[in-house]
Amino acid sequence: MLCGVISVAFVLFISVYLIIAGVPAIQKIGILKFLFGPVWNNSNEQYGILAFILTSIYGTAGAVLLGVPIGIFTAVYLAKKAPPKIYKTVHIAVGVLAGIPSVVYGLIGMIIIVPAIQKAFNLSSGANLLSAILVLTVMILPYIINVSVTALKAVPPEYEEASLALGATKTETFFYVSLKAAKSGVVTSVMQGVGRAVGEAMAVIMVAGNVANMPGLLKSVRFLTTAIVSEMSYAPYGSLQRQALFSIGLVLFLFIMLINGFLYCFVRREKE
Amino acid sequence: MRNFKKVLSVLLIGGLLVFAFAGCQNKSGKNQSEGQDSTKALSGTVATNGSTSMEKVINSLSEQFMKDNKDVTVTYDPTGSGTGIETVSNGKCDIGLASRNLKDSEKGLKSTTLALDGIAIIVNKDMNVEDLTVEKIADIFTGKIKNWKELGGEDLKISCIGRESGSGTRDGFESVTKTTDKCVLSQELTSTGAVISAVANNKNAIGYASLSTVEGQNGIKAVKVGGVECTEENIKNGTYAVQRPFILVLKEDAKLSEAAQEFVDYITSKDAAELIRSAGAVPVV
Repeated sequence: MLCGVISVAFVLFISVYLIIAGVPAIQKIGILKFLFGPVWNNSNEQYGILAFILTSIYGTAGAVLLGVPIGIFTAVYLAKKAPPKIYKTVHIAVGVLAGIPSVVYGLIGMIIIVPAIQKAFNLSSGANLLSAILVLTVMILPYIINVSVTALKAVPPEYEEASLALGATKTETFFYVSLKAAKSGVVTSVMQGVGRAVGEAMAVIMVAGNVANMPGLLKSVRFLTTAIVSEMSYAPYGSLQRQALFSIGLVLFLFIMLINGFLYCFVRREKE
Repeated sequence: MRNFKKVLSVLLIGGLLVFAFAGCQNKSGKNQSEGQDSTKALSGTVATNGSTSMEKVINSLSEQFMKDNKDVTVTYDPTGSGTGIETVSNGKCDIGLASRNLKDSEKGLKSTTLALDGIAIIVNKDMNVEDLTVEKIADIFTGKIKNWKELGGEDLKISCIGRESGSGTRDGFESVTKTTDKCVLSQELTSTGAVISAVANNKNAIGYASLSTVEGQNGIKAVKVGGVECTEENIKNGTYAVQRPFILVLKEDAKLSEAAQEFVDYITSKDAAELIRSAGAVPVV
């Protein structure tokens, strides 16, 4: 009970703190100028974060586009078809993948993915949105796989048996019956992946190039998270720049709340 | 309900981060009050805060100082020049450290030059360009020169790697080359080490970093600027163009604790010159 109260207090405290810290800059800059301004330039006091918002959306969407099919196919295979030995091995591997610190993902991305992309596309630098998407894809995989496998395993065998008895093939059964029955679990896993991708900073900062450009697949870009990390240590206390960074935090917080809100509504509707 | 818990745990982690930030802010304030409490012969804490580029210099100086004065603790918060200046003007630390001169807007402060730092222009070790002028460097970073062959190198696109805005090194580089806010970068990195490894891993790249951090690094080389090599001697005699000061920032009206005053006197004295040199910067005394 007490722990519950503490958790709720934390949530309230953080929400209130972020709003108090984030709102002044938005007021000063103007909400439209802040959210839809294309230029972020410190020395001219131009603080528009449209480029960061779009980059975060594109980056996350890219990672989901690549990660979700791989993750769900892996999960179906693991939960339904894999022999116990393979299941165990892959399960452990996925567990390890989930436990690797994000800075290590970033490091590997920086040493392997960035030069590979530079060579593949004959660029002057491989630190761009595509590298970030690839790193994020690998990072969200374990979330999608683990939760989806649990949900798929919880599907009552009667459903599948009935489908097979009606003449459906195993593959048809797994995709049309099991996956459908496990829908809420699978959606939860995807949303968790989205949450992780939106909020990831450390791995992204090492591979994305961090220049405040409008996003393009092969352009150096800056995410919402990395915009905060890049400038926080250098922004003078009390300056508009620092306040604007808190406002970015607020926007990021709203993003995550939106994702969780969607998830909550979806799961509740499924239950009804 | 289970999902609600997940939401909560995500938020809790966020909360911890917020507290972590709050913790950073309070620390230097506490240190300072400890320093003031001690009026007896040299004990207490001297809190320094500022430029990350000065880490090596300050750490080696404070190590020696603490060896000589056993009861004194010198702390160093590597936050960045801007934050260091701000912190000292708020009275939250004893000495601010900055790797640039004070701006006109930063009032009520006085500064002492501790050392000079050369900013080396670095390229990949395999790039066959050895000598650039300040103007050429400016043209490269503003995107006027796009290919190494225009500089006598291989036919490769140039990839400019810079630091984030607010970085002392970036400020130093851009003010010397007069490219403030005009740089077209392909990567903006948040530490010297990241710039060096990015240049070492990319033949197309050009970047900049403190002389002290460049020495002895594999995979990169510093180019001459206007025919002058980036060495300590050339920085001190002023012939090497891309250089900046390391300064100590003090509040004009505030009185330093005895320990802090002693520390300032020591590090600006001749005795400290050798340590500054071994830390890679160029002493001025």
